[in-house]
Amino acid sequence: MLRIEALEAIYSRLEESVVITIMGAVAAELQSLGHRPHFFYMEHSMGLASSMGLGIALARPELPVIVIDGDGSILMNLGSLTTMARYRPKNLLHVVFDNESLLSVGGFPTATATGSDIAGMAQAAGVPRAMTVTTISDFTTAVDQALEARELTTIVAKVEPRGPAVYLTDLGLLENRFEFARALRAG
Amino acid sequence: MPVSVSSSQLVYDALKSCDIRLISALPETWLVHILRMAEDDPEMTLVRLAKEEEGVGISAGVHLAGVKSAMLMQNHGLLASVNGIVSLAHLYKIPLLMLISYRGEFGERDPWQIEGGAATEAVLQALRIPYERLDDPSHVASRIRKAQTLAEAGLKPVALLFGRDLMWEE
Repeated sequence: MLRIEALEAIYSRLEESVVITIMGAVAAELQSLGHRPHFFYMEHSMGLASSMGLGIALARPELPVIVIDGDGSILMNLGSLTTMARYRPKNLLHVVFDNESLLSVGGFPTATATGSDIAGMAQAAGVPRAMTVTTISDFTTAVDQALEARELTTIVAKVEPRGPAVYLTDLGLLENRFEFARALRAG
Repeated sequence: MPVSVSSSQLVYDALKSCDIRLISALPETWLVHILRMAEDDPEMTLVRLAKEEEGVGISAGVHLAGVKSAMLMQNHGLLASVNGIVSLAHLYKIPLLMLISYRGEFGERDPWQIEGGAATEAVLQALRIPYERLDDPSHVASRIRKAQTLAEAGLKPVALLFGRDLMWEE
């Protein structure tokens, strides 16, 4: 599965949610599908996307929140799985695109390439629903079931280590930040 | 345990009067009473962390969502949060109200706290984080409010260092 195809498959669900992505390829790919005011691209601070999503989900329980994480990023902040599980907000969906590599810095393999299992770790951390999917249709079904279940879910989607040619977009970091805050406060 | 209950109450009351609705924290000795007060308060969301840097992400999300938060940590937690402060709070202009117990200072008996104490203010200065010490209980309410005001006006982290004279009774 290609990540951009997976993003495209769930784009209509993303449009109805507050979305936080990690940096680099994922941010550029989602923007190429269409930016929305309630999409935030965390262009650094690796590991903290899930923490930011948890903060929004706790502060605003009425808003559906989807975090789009990566294997390299969540491996930098595995404790976040335990913190999310501890408070398990019903409005938080944690998607991890696992390409088993640090693609944006040259494709070096992460620990998932040698068997570390992020969904297994999420489950063991206490995340009520955690699973790994490998096809677009399983991914879309898992996202729909998670949004319907209204229970904290981690979906690990195995994707190929391929990204866009360019990671820079014309959306300024602060432009994104202020627009996002305004959208959340209005919604 | 001679952690000051009265100073802890002053801190907690000040946070409440600043409309703080969420506190992230990693437990530390000097902060136990404040954490207990937060836990017992149905109006407060207390998020217990695995590592302090998570709190930067949580507070950033809470701020963007329009709610006020504070971070409670030991000074070693500040050291553990540096990348998040630089590449999230500074980069994206996020206000953080950081309440930090200042271990490893004059009077410290625990040898393992000393190096963190020696590095704390130099790190805050290097990170360009405005900070003040809090040692006198009569300053607690106004300094916490002023720290929050500066953080929100400047959209940046501001720190208060809780000193031994404030938090420890012996």
